[in-house]
Amino acid sequence: MEALFASAVGAMTAAGVYLLLQARTFPVVVGISFLSYAVNLFLFATGRLVNGAPPVIDAGAAVYADPLPQALVLTAIVISFAMTAILVVLALRGFLESGDDQVAAGRLGSDGKGEGP
Amino acid sequence: MNHWIVAPVLLPAVLGALIVLIARFDPVLQRRLSVLGCSLGLLLALCLFMTVLRQPALAYRLGDWPAPFGIVLVLDPLAAMMLLLSAILGLAVAGYAAGREDENGPHFHALLQFQLMGLNGAFLTGDLFNLFVFFEILLIASYGLMLHGGGEARFRNGFHYVVINLVGALVFLIGAGLIYGVTGTLNLADLALKAPLVESGDAALFRLGGICLLIVFGLKAALVPFHFWLPGTYRSTSFTSAAMFAILTKVGAYAIIRASTLVFGFGGGAAAHLFTPYLLPAALLTSGLGLLALPGARSLGTLAAFAMLGSSGTLFVGLATDESAGLAASLYYLVHSTLAGAAFYLLADRLVDRSGGRFGPQGDRILPRLAEGQGRATAAAFMLLAVMIAGLPPFSGFLGKIFILQAVLGAALAPALQGLVLAVVLLGSFFAMAGFTRAGVLLFWQPAPATDEPPPRQSVGGVWAIGGLMAALLALTVAAGPSLAFFERTANLLLAPEAYVSAVLGQHVQAPPAEEP
Repeated sequence: MEALFASAVGAMTAAGVYLLLQARTFPVVVGISFLSYAVNLFLFATGRLVNGAPPVIDAGAAVYADPLPQALVLTAIVISFAMTAILVVLALRGFLESGDDQVAAGRLGSDGKGEGP
Repeated sequence: MNHWIVAPVLLPAVLGALIVLIARFDPVLQRRLSVLGCSLGLLLALCLFMTVLRQPALAYRLGDWPAPFGIVLVLDPLAAMMLLLSAILGLAVAGYAAGREDENGPHFHALLQFQLMGLNGAFLTGDLFNLFVFFEILLIASYGLMLHGGGEARFRNGFHYVVINLVGALVFLIGAGLIYGVTGTLNLADLALKAPLVESGDAALFRLGGICLLIVFGLKAALVPFHFWLPGTYRSTSFTSAAMFAILTKVGAYAIIRASTLVFGFGGGAAAHLFTPYLLPAALLTSGLGLLALPGARSLGTLAAFAMLGSSGTLFVGLATDESAGLAASLYYLVHSTLAGAAFYLLADRLVDRSGGRFGPQGDRILPRLAEGQGRATAAAFMLLAVMIAGLPPFSGFLGKIFILQAVLGAALAPALQGLVLAVVLLGSFFAMAGFTRAGVLLFWQPAPATDEPPPRQSVGGVWAIGGLMAALLALTVAAGPSLAFFERTANLLLAPEAYVSAVLGQHVQAPPAEEP
């Protein structure tokens, strides 16, 4: 299970970083999502991987699953979901304002104000 | 328990929601609620500040769950000082924005309140994961403030800002996860006790988690090599929002101070003084880079953004000494640079050409015409702020730099290194002076060329907000002795955090484990 888990985290991180380095906004958004999945799995693993163990005190249990990382992951999922929504809206709005979906700094003038406000 | 400790988080949270719900279509009511709330917040911050003058640390356990398991807020001198700073800044920005920036969009004041909630929460929390949560709250609000008003450049740079901070948040989670995996706790006071006990087999993981945190906090503080986002973000946002952002880089500095003294300083162990070797090079590079760019700035936004970068670097020079005197000097400089940066942004906002839309043809370019129609008071305020930011005598910028240099000369550093620090800080002051002098001469002394273009239209008023911030700076100068004494006490309490740890863990150290809600 450990090998499967670790390679899943690794593969998703690699995919996320690769997509994050693209020049267009959509791959960047997908890359951020991949990275946050990888980090969520990673956080889950910080409580150690155990199978079928109870999270709350049980007289007959010898091993416990740590419930805290699950609470942390839940919070992280909510936050990254909201952030992805903001990012999508921002990318869309940027596309509508400028007519392209490039991530690059764009036509910033020497005064740094570009052609924007 | 003192229930007022949670109020700086609750007040803006409730007020922000109220402003959205009941005052959505009533800008006047929004302004009144916002300014009233910020005034109450300032009063609250002052009361809490008075409390920490008597007591070294107070803990507030939410829901009264015992400390290492439940959520805890901690009020210590550093937190109280940062609360006071954010309250002063919040009031000035809320007051200044009334009738100006808040007319460019419907939710400026709500966003500002949520920003204050995130800031106050980040300063008060005694828990690494809640630090992450409050970081996210203040960042979400800052995305809104940064984009407020809209426009292409703002959306483009906003996208960079959001992506960089999202990646930073993920690195934060990795760091917090590593630290939790090794120590089994995220409570900062508990971490202070557990960090020295980390076994040598786990030490590498623990240090790696610490370095992840340093990267994130360095990103927030815009330390080289994580500074790329700052100039683009700050110069493309509205200056009113940027004035509030003056404290955002200081949140990174606050988090580094908190983590380096509590988790990676106290009690030794495998990860003691983890941050120290990285801080001085990063501080010198940031300071040098930021201030070196000042003479070349062609717009007020660029000038202010790089001055902010430079001050962020100078602040870390004192921290890098890893001694009480340096920490105290850095805290003094932190307060000074936040107030001075915000005041300069508000002043620059008065100079921006608004004819024909939000940004007229003159924009914020440093040209003689920009200051046309401005009175002598504006010119005098510009000069005073330039002197303060560049660190010339007799104001708080000068005193802050002197305190930092004294601490560096008194610290156990190699003489060559001390010389290098001296050279960077003093040359930085020179370049800052050159940059601000150039801007001031162009703006106020050059006669405007006669053209057919309509004169720039600028906003008027807001004097009391700028004046209030400058009065706070003057107070910091006049009361340099007492305030430095306070910062020294703060630094000593930070470097020997027994009071903090016992306030949090206290009588509950032996309590039976409770379930995490």
